[in-house]
Amino acid sequence: MTLLSTHGLTAFYGDFQALFGVDLTLGAGETLAIIGANGAGKSTLLRSVCGLIPAASGMIRFDGADVGALSAPEIMALGIAMVPEGRRLFPSLSVEENLLIGTYGRKTQGTWSLSTVYDLFPVLRERRHNPGTALSGGQQQMVAIGRALMSNPRVLLCDEISLGLAPVVIKDIYAALPRIKEGGTSVIVVEQDIGQALRVADRVVCMMEGRITLEGTPARLTRAVIHDAYFGARV
Amino acid sequence: MIWVDTIVQGVLLGGLYALFAAGLSLVFGIMRLVNLAHGDLIVLAAYLILFVVTVLGVHPLVAVLLAAPMMFAIGWGLQRLILTRTLGDDILPPLLVTFGLSIVIQNALLEGFTADSQRIPMGAIETASVALGPVSVGLIPLLTFASAVLVIFALNQLFYRTSLGRAFRAVSDDPTTAQLMGIRPASVFATATGIAMVVVTIAALYLGVRSNFDPTIGPARLIYAFEAVIIGGLGSLWGTLAGGIIIGVAQTLGGSINPEWQILSGHIAFLVVLLIWPRGLFPRAFD
Amino acid sequence: MANPVSYRVETRTRASGRAAIAAAALVVLAIGLPAFAGRSLLQDMFVILSMLTLAQCWNLLAGYAGLVSVGQQAFVGIGAYAMFAGVIFWGWDPVPAILLGGVAAAVLAIPTAFFAFRLAGAYFAIGTWVIAEVVRLSVAQWKSLGGGTGTSLPREATSDMMFVEPIASLFGLRDAAARDVLAYWLALALALGTIAGVYALLRSRQGLALAAVRDNRVAARAVGVDAQRMNWVVFVAAAAITGICGGLIYMQTARISPDAAFAVLDWTGYVIFIVVIGGIGTIEGPILGVIVFFALQRLLADYGSWYLLILGVIGIAVMLFAPRGLWGLIHDRTGIDLFPIRRRLIIKK
Ligand SMILES: Nc1ncnc2c1ncn2[C@@H]1O[C@H](COP(=O)(O)OP(=O)(O)O)[C@@H](O)[C@H]1O
Ligand SMILES: [Mg+2]
Repeated sequence: MTLLSTHGLTAFYGDFQALFGVDLTLGAGETLAIIGANGAGKSTLLRSVCGLIPAASGMIRFDGADVGALSAPEIMALGIAMVPEGRRLFPSLSVEENLLIGTYGRKTQGTWSLSTVYDLFPVLRERRHNPGTALSGGQQQMVAIGRALMSNPRVLLCDEISLGLAPVVIKDIYAALPRIKEGGTSVIVVEQDIGQALRVADRVVCMMEGRITLEGTPARLTRAVIHDAYFGARV
Repeated sequence: MIWVDTIVQGVLLGGLYALFAAGLSLVFGIMRLVNLAHGDLIVLAAYLILFVVTVLGVHPLVAVLLAAPMMFAIGWGLQRLILTRTLGDDILPPLLVTFGLSIVIQNALLEGFTADSQRIPMGAIETASVALGPVSVGLIPLLTFASAVLVIFALNQLFYRTSLGRAFRAVSDDPTTAQLMGIRPASVFATATGIAMVVVTIAALYLGVRSNFDPTIGPARLIYAFEAVIIGGLGSLWGTLAGGIIIGVAQTLGGSINPEWQILSGHIAFLVVLLIWPRGLFPRAFD
Repeated sequence: MANPVSYRVETRTRASGRAAIAAAALVVLAIGLPAFAGRSLLQDMFVILSMLTLAQCWNLLAGYAGLVSVGQQAFVGIGAYAMFAGVIFWGWDPVPAILLGGVAAAVLAIPTAFFAFRLAGAYFAIGTWVIAEVVRLSVAQWKSLGGGTGTSLPREATSDMMFVEPIASLFGLRDAAARDVLAYWLALALALGTIAGVYALLRSRQGLALAAVRDNRVAARAVGVDAQRMNWVVFVAAAAITGICGGLIYMQTARISPDAAFAVLDWTGYVIFIVVIGGIGTIEGPILGVIVFFALQRLLADYGSWYLLILGVIGIAVMLFAPRGLWGLIHDRTGIDLFPIRRRLIIKK
């Protein structure tokens, strides 16, 4: 069953067109990886879906309803949470306050609460009274994920959560993914690291220059095909 | 002993300035909005209280309770309709728009209430005084100071202990990411301005009880308030109280040497503090 | 492919060429105005021209250098008081004493800038305002110039004023009317000189640097523009002219008090409205603004505080809905530039 989909989505930054008719679907309970080089439009796609930038044309459907015209807070309240690129913790808030603010727009019962987030990332419990920005990069990423989980979203959008982190730390963070899926949350991960994406995803979409160039399950995609979709066909 | 008395009077006067400044500090801290109409809004609230007192014949304290929600609504609407459009990196739009607002409020009050000076009647309590150790202080100044401390304590609790306070800080840090948390910046800002106007109403009570006021005195009050906020450091509410006290003490000390130096010494204290600490005494670590 | 391309760089536009001719005609007309205008028109023109001078100065600060000062009344006041001091203490003639006002304002601008340039954004605005208050309160302590209540120019100083005799005999006027003519001419010269000076500055290398700083501080620093030095130059120059203007205004009124000479509303508030309504960051804006300001004042003269109320509302509306002012609207419609500053590359094949 399709939970979230876009149809012919386009987006602009001023005069610059960043998305050219993107069709994307996400099934309930599915984990979808979006890969693509820097500047391919992955973040723009996520930002359009969560309402931060208005879609110029096309449609975004969530759970059967057209949500394309809604604002970011409204979309968040429907159950789409985002882990933004670069983590973006609030510097004036402590770790715990950063987590608590995740429930501001949506007060729900569900798997995720302060204590279950701390169980997921135990190191955060020890540091809960520190300012969010005093943590290491990996720990900050955990806060950002925990913050998004606090609203018990039905869809979790993760934008480059491995960016700038050491491989061991990336492994720790991705180890949380199965637990997140267990709670029934569908996940979109945006990654530049193809190996990581193929390992965790049920399905992979590759973007280039604002368009989707390839789609398939990890098992059916060969390195060579992905390479073409990623960098453009070899001459 | 005379020095102790002077300083105590100065500290209490500082309470009044901190009360003038607390709402400004809140708004300035959250949205970096320099509201040049703040002083005139205090005067507006004083007229509102006076109006309620005269029309309904109630005690000024009751009038404050009635005026506060009205002022909240005024602040909320003002932010929603006008001030929100001026927010951004450029400081010119908020300065100019609030300056225009200041002139509009002053002249609307002149039309409505004439230039005659007014006073909010409080009865016998106006002249009562209490002994505070070796010095005798007026009851009203003491109440003013206590209210300032209480208001700032309450605002701090709100800011650091509640979910609304977290939203204030989050929006102030990063409005875009705050939206991802389900926060509507415009409505959070409107709430903040509304709360600032409730504080303004409390300040207005003391303004109107302690001295005469007329529609044009707002800007003079505004300048003390700004001095207190800037001395304290952007967004630090206790710093604002400290700033108010510094201005108040400097004024009474200067005034005790030569009455004509009272206002001047307050301004000079402000300039000296700023010369040494350009970002105030308790600035935020990041900005 | 390799067509030789010749090019030249121009700032002149066709409109500016025609405008230059019209302006020259207008200046001649303005100089000759006293020959056929009555006293009240000259007095109105005096107010318009002196407000225009103040507006050009504030526009240079806020519109080009990004220095949003709320303390320009400090320079008006100190200029006026310095002029009075020159006349009363040293027996100067009021006309040259006006220049003393410029000197005093420039001198005051130095410590002011030293202090205020340490402050950013809103702090700068408030800081300049507080300094102006300090100057006002200090001047109010100056007992030999009347303290808080102020003083008047001595009668013999105004009656023997330079140039008044020849003007009186030229136009066949009484002394009082001749003094109005003199004040008008001085205000005209000051306003034209200020506009010419600002225009020259903006067209010079320094002016380009100033625009570069306004548009992008970081990039400007990267190409070696010393923003701080430019700010100093602009701030002190604007203060000096503002001071001269202050001296001139109070030569005409001949009576001074700290509250009037340092009034934030009169010398900064109205000036800001003039610039904003006309169009900030352009030379045309303040000219248009002062005309609108004065027309409104005349139109609403009988309505008391309604006048200011409406002025406030217009100021807010312009800032919110047409932040580049009336001139911005006209420029967008017509593309006219009366004082072109932007350089255009003309390429000839
Ligand atoms: N705020 C912005 N303003 C203008 N252009 C932008 C902005 N953000 C991204 N872009 C441009 O849009 C394109 C897609 O960017 P983005 O979605 O961030 O790519 P990705 O996340 O795949 O690296 C890029 O060419 C980028 O330069
Ligand atoms: Mg990206």
